[in-house]
Amino acid sequence: MSEVVTAETKKSDAHLLEVESLVKEFGLRRGLAERVARTEVAPFRAVDDVSFTLDRGEILGIAGGSGSGKTTLARCLIRLIEPDGGSVRVDGIDIRAHKGAELRELRRRMQMVFQDPYASLNPRMSIGAALHEAGKVHNRPGSENEGAFVSRLLGLVQLTDRIASRKPRELSGGQRQRVSIARALAVDPELIIADEAVSALDVSVQAQLLNLFLDLREELGVAILFISHQLAVIAEVADRIAVMQKGRIVEAGPTQEVFAHPKDEYTQALLNAHPHPDPRMRIAAG
Amino acid sequence: MSSPLLEIESLRVEFPGEEGERLVAVKGVDLAVEQGEVVGLVGESGSGKSLTCRAVMRMVPEPGTISAGSVRFDGEDVMALNTRKLRDFRAHSVGMIYQNPFGSLNPTMRVGGQIAETLKVNKGMKRDAAKKEAIALLERVGIEDPEHRYRAYPHELSGGMCQRVMIAISTASSPRLMLADEPTTALDVTTQAQILKLLGKMRAEEGMAMLLVSHDFGVIAQACDRVAVMYGGHIVETGPVETIYHEPEHPYTRALLNSVPELDSAGNVQRRAALAGHPPELSEVIPGCVFAPRCEHAKQECAGVSMKLEQVGSDHESACPVRPYADAGARGTAKAGKVEA
Repeated sequence: MSEVVTAETKKSDAHLLEVESLVKEFGLRRGLAERVARTEVAPFRAVDDVSFTLDRGEILGIAGGSGSGKTTLARCLIRLIEPDGGSVRVDGIDIRAHKGAELRELRRRMQMVFQDPYASLNPRMSIGAALHEAGKVHNRPGSENEGAFVSRLLGLVQLTDRIASRKPRELSGGQRQRVSIARALAVDPELIIADEAVSALDVSVQAQLLNLFLDLREELGVAILFISHQLAVIAEVADRIAVMQKGRIVEAGPTQEVFAHPKDEYTQALLNAHPHPDPRMRIAAG
Repeated sequence: MSSPLLEIESLRVEFPGEEGERLVAVKGVDLAVEQGEVVGLVGESGSGKSLTCRAVMRMVPEPGTISAGSVRFDGEDVMALNTRKLRDFRAHSVGMIYQNPFGSLNPTMRVGGQIAETLKVNKGMKRDAAKKEAIALLERVGIEDPEHRYRAYPHELSGGMCQRVMIAISTASSPRLMLADEPTTALDVTTQAQILKLLGKMRAEEGMAMLLVSHDFGVIAQACDRVAVMYGGHIVETGPVETIYHEPEHPYTRALLNSVPELDSAGNVQRRAALAGHPPELSEVIPGCVFAPRCEHAKQECAGVSMKLEQVGSDHESACPVRPYADAGARGTAKAGKVEA
C-alpha cells in the first residue's frame, strides 16, 4: 500500500480532505405560542464545528449513535446539503467556492456509498448499464468500451461478469452493495464515503465487504471515510476514529488507542453498550 | 407443568413458486420454549427464522402457508383454533414486537390512545380505567413523563421510545410468551442495551417467556438462555447459549460466530474470517446437508444427511454427523484469555 500512497502524494502535499469548523444548522418550526410572540427559535446544529483531515489511502471511521450528525456531515462534504459555515478542501481546493463543472469534477473525486443499495440503484437498469453510465457521464478513460469497462469494475468488487446483465432485484443484498461500490469506483474516486454501507447486511456478508474495502484501499490507494454506528465494524477497518455526539466530534485518535483508553464519557458509554457475543460478558444489569 | 409452554414440531412453511412449484422456506423445524425461558433464534436473512416466529401466531405472510407440522401453546393445538379462539390466543397469550416500531404503530393516533385501545378491546376496560392503565404501562416501560407522552404521536418519539411503546402495547395483557423479531436491529447500541434490559426486567417481574429472533449473536448472547441456529430453513444446532458460543458443534454455527466482530477490552479486533459464498436461494434444492456447499468440512456422505438434530452433549443438539470439532475443544478459550490480559 505504501508505494501507492507515495506515488499519489506527489500530486500535492496537502491532505486529501481537510474539513475545518464545518457547521450545518436546521431551522426548527416554531410552535404556535412562539409564532404569536414572534420569538426566534435557536436553530438545531446538526454538525457543530467539526474539523478533521484525511490522507490518501487512509481509512477514517466516524462513529456515533443515531442523530449524532454523522450522515449530515457526510452529505455536507459533497454538498448534497449546503453547509452553513466552515470549509471543506479536497486536495487544497475549497469545495464550497466552486460550482458547475468544477464542482462536478470535485464530486467525481469523492464518491458516496449508501446504506440501502436497493434504493440507490435504478431498478429498471441492468447492472452493466448502470456501471457504464457512471463512467460515461464523467468521460472516464476506457468507458468507450462498455464490456471491458464493466468487466474491470465487477472484477474489482469480486463479482463475475454474468452479473452485468442482471437487474438489481435479482441480486442479494451483499451483491447489490458490491455493485454500489463498483459504481463509485467507475469514476476513479480518491475518496469513498461509506455511510453505514455494511449496516443492513448479515454478519457473514459484512465480513466479506469489510475485507473488500481493505483490499480496495491496498489495490487502488483510495481513502475511505467509513461511517457506522457499529463500533466493532469501525475497529476492523479504520486507522483512525472520530466519535460524534450531538454534532460534535467528542473524541478522535488512532482506532486502537481510542478503544483501549476511551477518554470521553460518551465513547465509554458506546463501548459499554456494545453487546459482546460471549454470554459470559453480559452487560451488567443495573 | 412438564410440557413446554411453546412446542413447535416438524413445522413447514411453503410459498408457491412462479411455475407452480412449491418453495419450502421452513423445512421441518422443532423448537420448544419452556415457561419463563428466553430462547434465541439466530441466522442469516432468508434462513427462515422470522417465518418460524410468525408461524407461532399463524401469521405467515401471504401467499405463504403452514403446510405441515404443529404448534402447541400450553398443550393446546394452535393450528386447530377457530377464528374466535385464535383471536383470543393472539390477544391474551402472546405478545409480538417487530424490528420497525414506526411501522407497527398507527401514525395518525396518539400513542396513549393506541395502548388504551388494546386495553379496551382485550380487557374490556372502560375509557378512564384504560387511560390510567396505559399511563402506568408507559411508566413501566421506562418512558419519562408518561402523562405528557400519552398524548404524543409516533413521529414525535425516537425509535427507542416507539419500541418501548410497542412493548407496552404487547405486554398490556400480560402475555406468557413474547415473540420478538429483531426488536433492537433498527436502534443504536445504547438504546439497544436499554431495550434488552427492559425485556430482561419484564421477564424477571412477570416470568414472561420469549422467543427472540436476531441475526446478531451479540444480542442473543445478552438476552437468551438457549439458542437455536437456523440455516436454509433448518435448525442446525441448538443448546444453552454458553455452550453454543464456546463449543459450537455445527460448522455453520462456528463459521457464523467467526464472522462476528469481537472487540476486547484492549481495543483489539481481529479481521474476521469471512464465510465464503451465500445462503441457498429458496428455489435451490440441495440434497442432504444444506450447508455442505459452503462447508470446509464437507464430505461425500454429507449429500445423504437428513438434517435431523442429534444429541451431542447435555441439552446440546447438532445436525452435523461429521462432527469435525468433536475433539477440538472450546472455541472461545484463547479469546477469553486475551480479554483477561
